[in-house]
This record gives sequence, structure tokens and C-alpha cells, in this order.
Amino acid sequence: MNTMFRQPFGRLALVGVPNCGKTALFNALTGSRQRVGNYAGVTVEHKTGTAVTPGGHRFTVIDLPGTYSLRARSPDEEITRDVILGQQAEEARPDLLLAVADATNLRSAIRLVMEIKRTGQPMMLVLNMIDIARYRGIEIDFGRLAADLGMPVVSASAVRRGGMDRLWAALDQVAEGQAPAATENRWTVPGVADLRAAQREADALIARSVRHPPKPDTLTTRIDSVLLHPVAGLLILLALLFLMFQAVFSWAQPFMDLIETGFGLLGAGISDLLGPGLLQSFIVDGAIAGVGSVVVFLPQILVLFLFILLLEDLGYMARAAFLMDRIMGEAGLHGRAFIPLLSSFACAIPGIMATRVIDNRRDRLTTILVAPLMTCSARIPVYTLIIAAFIPERQVLGLFNLQGLVMFWLYAAGIVSALGASFVAKYVFWPNEPTPPFMLELPDYKLPRARSVLFDLMMRAKMFLRRAGTTIFTMSVLIWVLASFPAAPEGASEPAIYYSFAATIGRFIEPVLAPIGFNWQISVALVPGMAAREVAVAALGTVYAIEGAGESTQQVAQALAANWSLPTALSFLVWYIFAPQCMSTLAVIRRETGAAKWAWITFGYMLALAYVASFITYHLALVFLPSFG
Amino acid sequence: MSAQTTETETDAFPLGMAARGFRGIVHRIDAEGHALSLQPEEIERRLIELGFLEGVEIAILHEGFFGRDPIAVRVNGATVALRRREAMAIIARR
Repeated sequence: MNTMFRQPFGRLALVGVPNCGKTALFNALTGSRQRVGNYAGVTVEHKTGTAVTPGGHRFTVIDLPGTYSLRARSPDEEITRDVILGQQAEEARPDLLLAVADATNLRSAIRLVMEIKRTGQPMMLVLNMIDIARYRGIEIDFGRLAADLGMPVVSASAVRRGGMDRLWAALDQVAEGQAPAATENRWTVPGVADLRAAQREADALIARSVRHPPKPDTLTTRIDSVLLHPVAGLLILLALLFLMFQAVFSWAQPFMDLIETGFGLLGAGISDLLGPGLLQSFIVDGAIAGVGSVVVFLPQILVLFLFILLLEDLGYMARAAFLMDRIMGEAGLHGRAFIPLLSSFACAIPGIMATRVIDNRRDRLTTILVAPLMTCSARIPVYTLIIAAFIPERQVLGLFNLQGLVMFWLYAAGIVSALGASFVAKYVFWPNEPTPPFMLELPDYKLPRARSVLFDLMMRAKMFLRRAGTTIFTMSVLIWVLASFPAAPEGASEPAIYYSFAATIGRFIEPVLAPIGFNWQISVALVPGMAAREVAVAALGTVYAIEGAGESTQQVAQALAANWSLPTALSFLVWYIFAPQCMSTLAVIRRETGAAKWAWITFGYMLALAYVASFITYHLALVFLPSFG
Repeated sequence: MSAQTTETETDAFPLGMAARGFRGIVHRIDAEGHALSLQPEEIERRLIELGFLEGVEIAILHEGFFGRDPIAVRVNGATVALRRREAMAIIARR
């Protein structure tokens, strides 16, 4: 089999139905040697990595999007089909397909394997999650299965220590020349009759080689009778979301204090070292204060991602989609939109990219339009700052933290406005189209593995820190320059920033923002805040730090409490629920929809919502909370 | 698919009308005549891909709060969530 290696080393492609544990297997094969990009033209995630076998052989591994069939109903599934058929321009045809199947749920997996086999590509079947299958008493005759399918079959458990040994051994054999051979392509788009026949054949094949225990595992069904209970299920979902947001605040606090102290000490140390002057101001007020005021939110973002990753690995996300489908359906959204929208709580960009699982264009566009309204983690720094400065920390009803409650309300406002916006979009853009179907497999519950959750969490932390080190650092420096130059004239009576470019820009847009209670400092902060929402905090930090209030978030909060009225603070909070303060999101919308039109629509409607809502909030607060004005 | 006139046809009814706790088997798939956004044939293909095949055992395990919709159906060892509207295309019998 010398033909196997046309490239320096072999190319493996992972293919399988959704929820088969393909990504966990990809992580186990490649470890941290992976690269995530996009296929040109379409925005399907292009995940490749390098696997090094114990025998020292190297493989390029491609993680293909999950699919039930090569029929390709969505852009994701088209990529899978094209790579397998060797029709994807950027991706050489893989030398070996690793078909991944969940050993506890083989029906659709085996049908897919049989369909892909018709393409004639060399294949190997990996029965993943074999540990769970054994635990449940499912017995699999590997020899029989391999003979019937006409391809090697190996077991694996991506998340167990030693669970990859058999697969590694098989890959070593492949590298040493014992690869399955390719045959001619006999694949055609299967029709209804073909699918029926294929599923019957798959069922018969499974019946011959797999023995299920006499008593099926009912744990998932028993758990679901509570978690999918019509009333209790919804309450539990609500409680989970509430717990999540309380946790974001209470668990992360000690770590945030630590980071804050760290940056404070660093700033003080460098101040002492450099002595007063422009360089000290640049490093301490510009770079350290700017980056520090954003990095401090890393613990909160990690807690949020921890929840999302745990719920996803547990198999709860699909349940949440089930529970929310009807509510979301009323608003013109697909139940499947729940997962992209929930991801948007972390960041709208992965959320918008996750809408690719929605195969209907109308549903996908609606979800994309409203995703930026979900409270992303970049808003957390803004919200926490304002809440810390203006909302007293006290218990409500002896149970809830008032600050947590306000945060919960802000999240709720984001959700409600997203549902409202999609409801309107449904009637504005697609008044006559019928609702597309909702069909979703609910995977069995599985205990999340600490190792894979920690791995994913580390990837997120890295991404966030890289962003803080690049975009946010650049913006911090820019805002520092704008806020520091030109310098104050001799004998100036006002703080130096009063004479800077920043103040000029701020004053220029101030008249527009004055009706919603914004002063020029806010107007200044909103300009670099277009790069990313959290940059506004850094900008406010810089603006007030240079005014002499110090650089820590706590000090910024004190400065805000001293300088802003409560109506202004509330108006600012409401502004951040709606305002399209994120260039990256708009860029992604443009890319994902293939038209600038949708990015402009998003920008326009969010800006209008923000202005109107802030205006109402400000004026209501002026009327009803005059003592704070 | 054309309607089959078998003895069991009279006991058959759309799964979309069944209540939680229903246990039976798939009698046939009939996606014609429903107000769906997809072609009947596409609905049929998707249902087959999710495991709804004639003769397969099914059970309604759970249902949603609003309008008892959607439903979670056990199909030969897997659980599938779908709306009652699409479940109307699955003709079931006991």
C-alpha cells in the first residue's frame, strides 16, 4: 500500500452523526496540536490537527461536521460530502475515513457508514464510548461487524485513560501499510426508497452483531421524566440559568480580586520604577489599566463557559432546545436556535457561527439577527462596573443578592428583546412562509469528563487572553493617545484630558447623546467601545484614571459613582443591552449571511432600540428617582 | 406513499395525535397533505434518517408544556424530539 502516502504523511478525516463524540476523539487524537479556520467562501469551521501515533507516525486529522447523510442539507453537510468525495478544492481527498459511531446508539451511525462506504473511500469504523456501552451491558461482536461492513472496526473511548490504545495500534498498522484499499465510487444521492432499504439493512446488520441487555438502560428516561417534565422541566431550566448567573458573580469574585490586586501591584511597581512622566502614564494608565480592567473578567467568563460546556457534555443542551421550542416557536425561532443563542451569552460570534446547524435559511437569518441581543460576556465588564458603582450590595427577601438580581434582569431583558425582535422579523421579512420543522435527537445523558471540559476551558481562556493582548491592548493604547494629546496648556485649570482629542470627539457627539443622559466621558468611551464592548470599561478607566482617580476597577467605579447621576447610570446600562457596540459581530454577520445588508439591518435596529430604550429609561428615572438625580 | 388498505389500517392514526405514554409501532409514513415547509418527500427522508421506519417500536416519553408540544419519542433505543405537526406524518398503530 505505497499509494497511501501521496503526502508527507497520511490524511485522516473524522466523520459521524451528531453527538457521536467525534470532537472528543479529535481532541484525544491531536491534543493541542490543532488549528481552527474556515473553509473559503462558506463559514464552515475547518478543524485540522496533527496526530502522532505511539509508533511515531504522523497523520493530519480533519474533523468534518456531523451529518446523518451525504445528502447535504446545510452548508456544513455539504463540506462533509465534498471532502469525502474529494470535491473540496482546499482539502486533498483524505487517505482514510475514520467513521465515528457512538457504541450505545448504532442505528443511524451504521446506516451512514454503509452510505459512505458506497463512495469507495478506504474506511475504518471507530466505536466510540465503548466504556459506556460495556457498562450498560451492550455486547458487540467486532469480528462479525467488521466482516459484514467490510472494513476494520476498532473500539475507543476518547475520554478514558488508555481508551485510545486500540485505535492508536490500528493507525500504526495503517501507517505501516496495512490500510484498507479504495474502490470505485458508487455513491448516488439516496432517495426515500434507498434510505428505507439502507436502514433495514443496517438494522439487520446490527441485529447480527450487537446484543442489547434484556433490560434496557432507563436512567436517561428516568432523569428526563423530571428534566423534561412540562412544568418542573421549565422551572429547572430557569433555576439553572439563574444559578449560572449567580455563580458568575459569587464564584469568580475571589479570583477577580486576586487579578485586580496583581495588576494594581504591577502598576504601582512600574510607577515607582519609572517615576512620573509620559512613559509612566502610557504604561500604567494606558496599557496596564486598559488590559487589566478587561483581564479581570476572565474568571467570570470561565465560570460561564464552564456551565455551558458542562451542560453540553451532559447532553442537556438538546433538552433545553426541546423545552424552549414552543416558546421560541411563538417568537418565530427554531428550537435549535436555542444553542446558538445560549452560546451568544458567551459571545455572539461563536453563537452566530453556530447557527449553521439550522438548515432553513429563514430560521438561520432570524437567529443571526437577534443573537447580538443576548447578553454576551463582553457586556459583563460593563454591567459589573455600573452595578458595583450604583447598585447597593444587599439581600432582597433574605435570599437574593440585589446586584445579582439586577444582573439577572439585564439578562432577562436581552432574552425578551431577542424574542420580540425575532417575532417582528418574522412578520417583516417572511410573513407568508410556514414554520420549518424541528427534529432533534436527544442524546443519552453522559457524565462530563473533567479532562475534556478543562481542555475546552483552556482553549477559551487562551482565546480571551489573546484578544485582550491584541484588540483590547491596541484600543487601550489608542484611547490613551486620544486622551493624552494634546497636552493641557500651561496653567490649565481643568484636568489634562479636558483638552485632549478624546474630549473633542466626545463633545462632538455629546449633543446627540445628551437626551439619553450621556456626558462627554461616556461619548468618548463609546467610540473605541465599537471595537468590543468591554473596551468601554477600559476607556472609562483610562479617561477617569487620567483625570486622577486611579486605575483599578474599584477606583473607576468610585469615580463613576461620584460623577454620574443614577439616571445616567441606568440609561448607560440599558444602552448596553441593545447597542451594536461590536464591530466583530457585524463583520461576522456580513460574512455569515453573505450580504452587507443584514449587518446594516442589525446595526440599525439595535442602535434604534438602544437610543429609544435609554431615552425612556433616563427620563423615567429623572421623574421617579429625582432624589438621585 | 399511497394509502395501504390493510386490516390494521383502521386502527392506525397519526402519532401527532397520540398522548404521552403511547406505545406502539410505526405503521407507515405519510407526509402528504400536511402544511409543512418542506417537500413531503424531504420530511419522509428526515423521519427515516431519525429511525422512523415501518414496524419500528415507538413510545411517546415526554411532551412540552404549551400545547403539549413538542414530543419526545423513543425510537428503537434512541430519543427524538419533534413537533406534533411533523409527527402527523408518522402513522402509528398499537
